[in-house]
Amino acid sequence: MSPEKGVVLTGSHFMLGDQACAEGAIYAGCRFFAGYPITPATEIAERMAERLPPMGGQYIQMEDEIGSIAAILGASVAGVKAMTATSGPGFSLMQENLGLGFMMEVPCVVVNVQRGGPSTGLPTSIGQQDMMQARFGSHGDYAAIAYCPSSPQEAFELTIDAFNTAERLRTPVLVMMDEVVGHMRERVVILEVGKRQLLFRRLASVPPSQYRPYRVDEDLVPEMALAGAGYSVRMTSLTHDELGRAVTDTATQAVLVPRLLRKVYEHREVYEQYELRHAKDAEVLVVAYGITGRSAMGAVEAARARGIRAGLFRPKTVWPFPGDALLRAARTVRRVVVAEVNMGQVALEVERLLAGKCTVVRVTSPGGEVLAPELILEACAPDRAPKVRR
Amino acid sequence: MSPETEEHRVRTPEAEKAPPHGHPLDSVLRSEVLPHIWCPGCGIGVALGAFLQGLDRAGIPLEKRVLVGGIGCSSRVVYYAKADAYHTTHGRAIPFATGIKLANPALHVTVFAGDGDLFAIGGNHFIHAARRNMDILVVCINNFNYGMTGGQSGPTTPHDARTTTTPNGNFEIPFNLPQLAAAVGAVYVARWTTLDVRRLRDCFTEAAGKQGFRFVEVLAPCPVSFGKNNDIGSGLDEMDYYRGLEQIWGSPAGLPERVEVRSNGDLSGTDISLHRPIIVGKFIDRVRPTFLDSYKAVATAAAAKGKPP
Repeated sequence: MSPEKGVVLTGSHFMLGDQACAEGAIYAGCRFFAGYPITPATEIAERMAERLPPMGGQYIQMEDEIGSIAAILGASVAGVKAMTATSGPGFSLMQENLGLGFMMEVPCVVVNVQRGGPSTGLPTSIGQQDMMQARFGSHGDYAAIAYCPSSPQEAFELTIDAFNTAERLRTPVLVMMDEVVGHMRERVVILEVGKRQLLFRRLASVPPSQYRPYRVDEDLVPEMALAGAGYSVRMTSLTHDELGRAVTDTATQAVLVPRLLRKVYEHREVYEQYELRHAKDAEVLVVAYGITGRSAMGAVEAARARGIRAGLFRPKTVWPFPGDALLRAARTVRRVVVAEVNMGQVALEVERLLAGKCTVVRVTSPGGEVLAPELILEACAPDRAPKVRR
Repeated sequence: MSPETEEHRVRTPEAEKAPPHGHPLDSVLRSEVLPHIWCPGCGIGVALGAFLQGLDRAGIPLEKRVLVGGIGCSSRVVYYAKADAYHTTHGRAIPFATGIKLANPALHVTVFAGDGDLFAIGGNHFIHAARRNMDILVVCINNFNYGMTGGQSGPTTPHDARTTTTPNGNFEIPFNLPQLAAAVGAVYVARWTTLDVRRLRDCFTEAAGKQGFRFVEVLAPCPVSFGKNNDIGSGLDEMDYYRGLEQIWGSPAGLPERVEVRSNGDLSGTDISLHRPIIVGKFIDRVRPTFLDSYKAVATAAAAKGKPP
């Protein structure tokens, strides 16, 4: 599944974050895209519609986002790396089949370029309001993996990482962008083919007669038999045993669900990423992700210029939250500031993790524009920062 | 063995290898997971048997067979047949199948689901897959109600019929499925009852040999839910209803045979009512370019231009 030469746009480009996300998918070997137009994610679909057909890939515009995610799950079980992209309203529609992907263990990537909600909300403006939905939006107990890029370059890189994680762990992976990252145009450097390792799911290594679709070793990730490979695969949304048979009893559930959760939580080395800046001597730590991570960096530098020892903790994977790393970074900190373009979502997780060890201050916004660095600076040191006019 | 019995046997090499006292379809069934979940008198198993025989006769090899189901009694078909089988979410079998077909066009992809799954919650996917002429076979087991949840009304429940959610009779107007499928672009449209075992089998053979969006409606008894709620009686009684025994419904005696076979593409009068003949047959058989045919033509032209983005 390595991308062919001539397909990947190696070189330095000036492009939208949405386009960079699409190019990351292409670099990662994604050859199937199903989507439905929605601002501010449409440019991803447009890019894929232009790029995929000539390279032998498949683009299909579905009738809605429910169909889109169902189609990428289908493409993936037939062995093609697949992605869809949407924004809040479409992401809501996808929730049920995200759970299906988790339950059946189907690798795929779902991009949400977040805008302001609830409902139709602010279609053309930024929000980071779907973070808790990304974590808990589908029903039942499941583990979400979500990347949050802060720039077009990172949209490119993290989309590749998202595919690798999806393939490695056989599970849907989210790329939670935001409208500003999606619609900003910046330099994106695309490496040559082969410079980044690309993963593909472990395929069935035994003949069909011995294949047990959901048998796992200590790695907890089962081998996958693709449609058409002669295995008479059976995959179901119901609780199932090692053979893939629907067995709806408590004993089977007690084996399956904890294993699916452990599969994600015990492989943090596969996906966990974060950036630390000026954290060593920090007395104030700013936690921010996506575009807000860049505002936060501005605030940290401004604080340092005023003699405030501020640092930045920027999770690139917000789910599962890099909790151990946060606790290490916050060991000597008096104050943690969580900045995000919502009314306090990831802040809940930070507060839970810090469990009263230090003061946690939220910088929130109902959405519409990027958080100004000055607002974050004020939260870092209310007594020493200039007052922000609201 | 009488010719009548012989007619039911599948004469494929796989079937020849079946144990002498096994089921004739053992070679294409996952016999190890039987018994199935269906109620006594249910018609889904008959439809499955006809489907498997039809696919054998069409020469679709096991490793090319993909079955996708949604949620409901009819979607459980995917558990019992040897095939790459995907039991997905309610209403979403068609887009899931679309992804499989586009990812690997060499596969023969069939969606097996019920009337509620395909035409209530999944109706939008049905009309768009047909419009695109997606190369899949869609089999709808129409038992006029939601069987798995205990017999609620659905998009095909006949006017006046009683269900647990229309206790005083259904006041809504049901879909006419063949007419709907024909209107939105299906290239093959047929309706049979589970009494028409051999016609149904031959219909599946024919449909499996064609390309594009093919739709087969199978009218199946659901004695435990629909039959009970409408005082029809057993599964056999409900099948008798399809055959046109008017006394079951308290209609005046002396009506002509209720089941009428048509194949001239005339879909007028194919609505299903409790008080009129049920018309079965092959209604549509035509050729339109499939989604993949059109896609490949455009993709090839785009590749020839070689325009960088």
